[in-house]
Formats: sequence, structure tokens, C-alpha cells
Amino acid sequence: MSMQLDHAPTTGDEVITNYTINFGPQHPAAHGVLRMVMELDGEIIERIDCHVGLLHRGTEKLIEHKTYLQALPYFDRLDYCSPLAMEHSYVLAIEKLLNIEVPIRAQYLRVLFAELTRICNHMLNLGSHVMDVGAMTPNLWLFEIREDCLNFFERAAGARMHMAWFRPGGVHQDVPNKLLFDIHDWLDTRLPTLFNDAMSLVVDNRIFKQRNVDIATISKDDAVRWGFSGPMIRGSGIAWDLRKSQPYDAYAKMDFEVPVGTRGDCYDRFMVRVEEVRQSARIMKQCLAEMPEGPVASDDRKVVPPKRAEMKSSMEALIHHFKLYTEGFHVPAGEVYVGTESPKGEFGVYLVSDGSNKPYRCKIRPTAFSHLQAMDFMSRGHMLPDATAILGALDIVFGECDR
Amino acid sequence: MSVVHSAPKFASSLGVLDALSKALGPMLVSAKEEHGEVVLTVQRDQIENALRLLRDEYQYQQLMEIAGVDYPERAERFECNYCLLSLTKNHRIVVKVHAAENTPVPTVTTLWPVAGWLEREVFDMFGVIFAGNQDLRRILTDYGFEGHPFRKDFPLTGYVELRYSEEDQRVVYEPVELAQDLRQFDFMSPWEGAEYVLPGDEKAPAAPPPPPPAPPPAAPAPAPVKAKAAPKAPAAPKKPAAPRKPKGESK
Repeated sequence: MSMQLDHAPTTGDEVITNYTINFGPQHPAAHGVLRMVMELDGEIIERIDCHVGLLHRGTEKLIEHKTYLQALPYFDRLDYCSPLAMEHSYVLAIEKLLNIEVPIRAQYLRVLFAELTRICNHMLNLGSHVMDVGAMTPNLWLFEIREDCLNFFERAAGARMHMAWFRPGGVHQDVPNKLLFDIHDWLDTRLPTLFNDAMSLVVDNRIFKQRNVDIATISKDDAVRWGFSGPMIRGSGIAWDLRKSQPYDAYAKMDFEVPVGTRGDCYDRFMVRVEEVRQSARIMKQCLAEMPEGPVASDDRKVVPPKRAEMKSSMEALIHHFKLYTEGFHVPAGEVYVGTESPKGEFGVYLVSDGSNKPYRCKIRPTAFSHLQAMDFMSRGHMLPDATAILGALDIVFGECDR
Repeated sequence: MSVVHSAPKFASSLGVLDALSKALGPMLVSAKEEHGEVVLTVQRDQIENALRLLRDEYQYQQLMEIAGVDYPERAERFECNYCLLSLTKNHRIVVKVHAAENTPVPTVTTLWPVAGWLEREVFDMFGVIFAGNQDLRRILTDYGFEGHPFRKDFPLTGYVELRYSEEDQRVVYEPVELAQDLRQFDFMSPWEGAEYVLPGDEKAPAAPPPPPPAPPPAAPAPAPVKAKAAPKAPAAPKKPAAPRKPKGESK
């Protein structure tokens, strides 16, 4: 009893059917809880269906039930890799509705720390991107820098990640001078050394290039149609940076360059972020050099609480403090959309106020939503391992994507 | 009013409102400019044409966001706000349509592929139907979720909660049980126009009629002793924030 084949097997005889796999939601390269249903033809990706929402916490609904100030810490928890950038959009949206002036020093402090946040975010993203395509060391070195950033945040705001430091009308507290000196030293010495060391391992690395060059090439038109922003649209060669084109806070006074890619592939997006780190350091140095003395929050007592010392002697200050921390401030009715350049792209807040002390609706425009939506279109025809490189270059964080 | 805030400054909106109103012509329902933003309300069935016109003729190339908003007191309770961005003119506008649960909004996935997920999200959260969207599945909520959570009449706590059951060795869904009522504080200032009604004081002379039409009977009366009166419907969703009147200028 022997199984005899009528003919010897030759190529083309076997019919291979496509098969479907689950990528995630517990896959380390999925950068969080992303579930991708992938249809594969061998190792070629035919189709990707992204299932998001596994981290949906209903932030927007919760915000509707909080006063404007109470809603602020929710923003830290959106993109937990760049918390201050999230707060930035929100406080600017409130300030736009209130039409309140922010003192110059507060604007500089915000820009300084927003850029520190950008460096912090890019350290995580660049590191995890290179780790996703196989390199281990740079990630560990970049985490050194990230640790420094978190320490600076801690010294400014008291918390390493969830700072809640940007407030409507300014920032919560002034920073000690020593911190500014230390940041300056760090920008001059530690950051360039560590960063250049780590990058020297990656940017010209043959393996890294093989995994990233010409992967998921996006044309300018596609980048616009898919609603890309931030490093994603710049990687495709469109010099679009909200800090330049729609300056907010002190960005109008800053001198920096906008890096753009030439081919629109994963490598370009990576390199755009690398250059952005250097430009961020440049902006921070300007902030430190030009930062004036003065108040760090508006003196509008109907929005910004008074100083503790003032409350000891002034009855009015005490009343203001009490009212602001119970009732909160009222925001004039209206609706605004404010988008800022977060490290990942345009992070927007569409804020509808009905004139009360709570937002009527606060729609958060995450960057990841439109970027991740293009995942299917970007990965088609690529190999399965490329999916991790594409995801790494997207810079997805699920706290923000799912809200 | 001069602009003193430091929010992002895009190109001037001077004349944009008039030019776009003229261009949209009969498609336009209303137009306004507030807080430095141009907001155009267009007819629901014309949204696709209106956005195509704005994209192709007026250089609003990017659709950044579709924001749903719920106004339960309106006949067509939902609003979809399309936030457009012009990369060349460096300008932003908001285009609005009104919709009800049973009035589908034409999809704009034909214009921007990015609209796919944005419309799915509005559908998921508010239940607005987008006619022509090929993939109108839920996106953010759980598999098998029922209801549309961002509607104002959906309770903050939701209806179901889930936990890992040791007996069943799996995650089980159960109706929400709250150890205490979800408390919503009303911080309206008694000096700024809140109408406090003493509970049980129905015989009081009918409130001196305020000149404008009397507020709806369901005006949120913060009545601290209400807890004992009247058996409550279980987990009755709080009357959704009946539109609080802007209370004077708080400045």
C-alpha cells in the first residue's frame, strides 16, 4: 500500500490559499493595543483591517462632565508619550474662546517644554522604530535621553509624565532658574552626544536601510488625501508645519527649519524625525536665551487662580480661589477648532462651549486616526515584516488614537 | 474686539465668508464668523457637492476632522462639523450639516479616503448614518456594543460593565451597578440667574412670569432633597444638560 503520485510535484501544482492572521492586540510591535486582521498571500500583505478602540475610555464624554480645568489632566492621558503637546491644543482652544492674553514668559515656557516633549516623544518613537526592525542598542541609548527629559518635567511640574502643567492663561508654576541652566547644559553636552552616538548606529546602517528605504512610499497627493500631518506629510515632501505656518505662543519668534523628505518612504519619515530633534534643540536654546522675566500666568483672576501668598491677605483672592476650584470659570459660548503641531502631527481640539463652566462638547482630533487608516493602503503588496516598519514610522500611540 | 490670545494664527478670514457664501449659493443655509473662524452651514443632501466645490475650486485640500455634536432639543439633533484645511491658503473653515437619526448624510469618502474612519466614528458615537459609506461599522466601541455613547441622553456610566469571572473563567458582561448615585454638581451661582425651585412648594404663586417664554418644565432644578422624594427610575439618565443659559458675562 503505497501512495503513488501520478506525476512528480512541480511548481504551480499546489494551490495556496490566502490566509488571515491576527496581528496584535498583544503584539509588542503593534505599539499598544492594535489589532490588525491581515490577509496574507504567502508573506505578501493583501489587505489589512485595523481594529482600533480597545483603549477607548470615552475621554470626550468624561470631559463634558468636568469643568474646563478638571478636564485638563485627561489630555495628558491621551498621547502619554507627549503629554504637554496634548495639553497645548486644549489650553489654546480655551484661550481662544476666552480671548485671554498669555504673558510672554509663559509663552516661552510653553514653547520650551513643548519642544522638550517633542524630543521626549521622538526618542521613544525612533528607538522603538529601530527596535521593530531589529536593532536593540539605539533604543536603550535613546531611553537615556528620554529619562533626562522626564526628570526635567518632574523638576518643572512635579510629575514625570502626567504634568497638567499648561493651564488656561499660562502655566501652573514658574520653573526654578537652576532648571533652565541645567536644560541649557544638557542641550549643549548630553543631548548631542547621546543622540549622535545612537544615530550613528542607525542612519547609515545597511540593514536599517534595507528594512526602510522604499517601504510604504507615499506621494504628496496621497498624503494630502489621507489627511496626513506632522512628520508623515513632511516625509512625503510637503513642507507643512503648523509651528511655522500657523504660529502659536512664541513660535512666531523662533528661528528653525522644517525638514522634508524626498521619497516619502519609511526611511524619510524616520530621518525627518531625527532632524526635528535637532531643530527642537535649536528652538529650546532660543527660548532659553530670550526668555524674559515676568509672570507665568495671566492676571485675569476670573480665569487664573491667585497666588497662595496673596490669599493670606486678600479676601477677594480667597473668594476667587474658592470659586475657581469649585465652580470653575465660564467660557463664552461659541465653537473653535484649534490644531497644534504635536510631535506626531496635527493634534486638534474642537471645543463647543455653551457659556457654562463645562465644555458642551470637546472633540479631540487625534493624529493617529488618519495615519492608521492609511495603514491598509500603505502596506498592500509589502511583506509581513514590513508592517512593523510601517507602523513604527507612523508613530502610533493608542491612548490618543482611541481616546 | 482685538485678538489677544496666542492660539494658532492662520491667514486672515477677511472676505472669505462673503466669497464662500456666494460660491455655495443655494447650498448654503447660514454662515457666520465667530472667534475668528468661518462656519458655513450647508444643506444636508448637498454636503458632498459643497465640499467638492470647496476642495477643487477654493483649495481646501485637507479634511482634518468630522466632529459630531448632539443637541437633543433640536428637531435635527446632530451636527456634523467638517473641519477643512487649506495648505496653500493656510486657512481653516468649518462646514456644518444638521442631521437626525433617520436622515442619512451623504458620504464624503468619494472626496477624501480619510473620511471613512471619521464617518465611522460619528456613526459609532452618535448614530448618524452616512449614506454611501461602504464600511460603516462601529469603530471605537466594544464588539457587540449597543447604543451611541456620545449622545447627551446616554448616561456617563453606560449600561453594562464587564469583569473577569472566576467561576466562568472568562469575562462577563453585567448591568452597571453603582454603589452610590452618580453625582453631578451644579455650580450655578445663585447671584447669576439660577432659578431655584423649593421642592414641594407647588402652591407658591406661579413664578413671576419672566418676559421670555417660560423655560421648559424640565429645567434642571438642583434639589438636594430630591433623593427621598419620588421613587427613581433605576439608573435614570440625568436629564441631559438642558442648555444652560449663558449667565451674563463672567468677566
